[in-house]
Amino acid sequence: MTDEPLKTTPLDALNRELGGKMVPFAGYAMPVQYPAGVLTEHLHCRQHAALFDVSHMGQASIHGPGGAAALERLVPGDMQGLGAMRQKYTLLTMEHGGIMDDLMVANLGDDHLFLVVNASRKDIDLPHIAANLPAGLTLERHDDRALLALQGPAAITVMAALAPEAAALPFMGVARITLAGAACLASRSGYTGEDGFEISIPADRAEEVARLLLAQPGVMPAGLGARDSLRLEAGLCLYGNDIDETTNPVEAALMWTIPKRRRAEANFIGAAPILAALAAGPARKRVGILPEGRAPARGHTPIVDDAGTTLGEITSGGFGPTLNGPCAMGYVRTDLAANGTALSLMVRGKPHPARVTATPFVPHRYVR
Amino acid sequence: MTTVRYTKEHEWVRMEGDIATVGITDHAQEALGDVVFVELPEAGREVEEGEACAVVESVKAASDVYSPLAGTIVEPNQAIVDDPAMVNREATSGAWFFKLKLANASDFDRLMDEAGYKAFLDTL
Repeated sequence: MTDEPLKTTPLDALNRELGGKMVPFAGYAMPVQYPAGVLTEHLHCRQHAALFDVSHMGQASIHGPGGAAALERLVPGDMQGLGAMRQKYTLLTMEHGGIMDDLMVANLGDDHLFLVVNASRKDIDLPHIAANLPAGLTLERHDDRALLALQGPAAITVMAALAPEAAALPFMGVARITLAGAACLASRSGYTGEDGFEISIPADRAEEVARLLLAQPGVMPAGLGARDSLRLEAGLCLYGNDIDETTNPVEAALMWTIPKRRRAEANFIGAAPILAALAAGPARKRVGILPEGRAPARGHTPIVDDAGTTLGEITSGGFGPTLNGPCAMGYVRTDLAANGTALSLMVRGKPHPARVTATPFVPHRYVR
Repeated sequence: MTTVRYTKEHEWVRMEGDIATVGITDHAQEALGDVVFVELPEAGREVEEGEACAVVESVKAASDVYSPLAGTIVEPNQAIVDDPAMVNREATSGAWFFKLKLANASDFDRLMDEAGYKAFLDTL
């Protein structure tokens, strides 16, 4: 940790005005919750809609012809097959097969790809991407843009009233829209398991757009606390917890992001070790884990067998407000990764029974 | 005569005879947020002053609750185990954590009184 002053998002003044409890996160002062509290914000998102400031995340563009083919050297997803105004979840892989980051890539047409990467990784990812682009392609950082996530079943009603072209989007579709007079980029996506939108906005217009969205029926501001419990219930990975440089996509159960063509071509960074791990079968696997009691098992909780031998550890865990109970994910030996397998979690030195369980813990409600 | 005293760990302690009832302060429940899980020590357990002996968890994080003084646990409050949200609703009344028979009843006088705790909060 350093003593550098925290960076602020373009919505810092609004976050404080709304009573956000500001905490340091990835070098930014971010609202972990507003006065309603994590539990209420979480449940409100699942029932109505919640607005999250996620402006700390890294936004960037790749400009130039052949961007998709060039990016395929760095990510194992099908970038060349990404249609205009469509978005995909993919990974930045490393030579040894580890994961540098997970990210969203949108094809905006006109030789323009739009990227959203994790806040904690943007200063690693973006120089890496820039250094690997061939001549004729440029990477533009959008440090001058804010990012809002409007998530929950009421998000569609809100957008239908304000920007009908966004409301017509399919899941992972992207549109250029106008909100409060500002030119925005909206995608039908998010990280809560709910239907919703992520909206990229010029920084100097972000507060007006946020105020407009917060004024719509059913919209409540929500902080990083609720975002974390929502994504955990949705079984989605948090970079730095569930995936990192030491996990490969095979053990992280992310091979669904690597389609057949990319496996056959094997021309992305880290292809050899990742495909070798796939062929050999991974030694460990990321799984969902449901504790049987009420005690939450947090990150780094040891997973043990009846004899007390360590089998792995919890990477994300806590209390799921919609589930109304604890839930977690973690890595276990592959022979113990089948759904229903009984495990024990060492919480404060005592074994607590738990079971390997399919994720998501709360069903996704993406529009299809 | 002060019958409720406080610790720097944000616990309140109420003396009745030689039995101390221990809970967390409003400041503590406010800072924790929505309480979703509580784990309490069993009756009969001997605890040292400052020993972590209970756990209170919000959606976001787990925190220890410490024994304010040395003694023997005489009763945990099962009501807050069954309904953890009680800790937010009535931290300083019904949502007490445990009753403790003090090893040395005069130890109670070493804890902060209400004015002392308020002054301590102002330093945070």
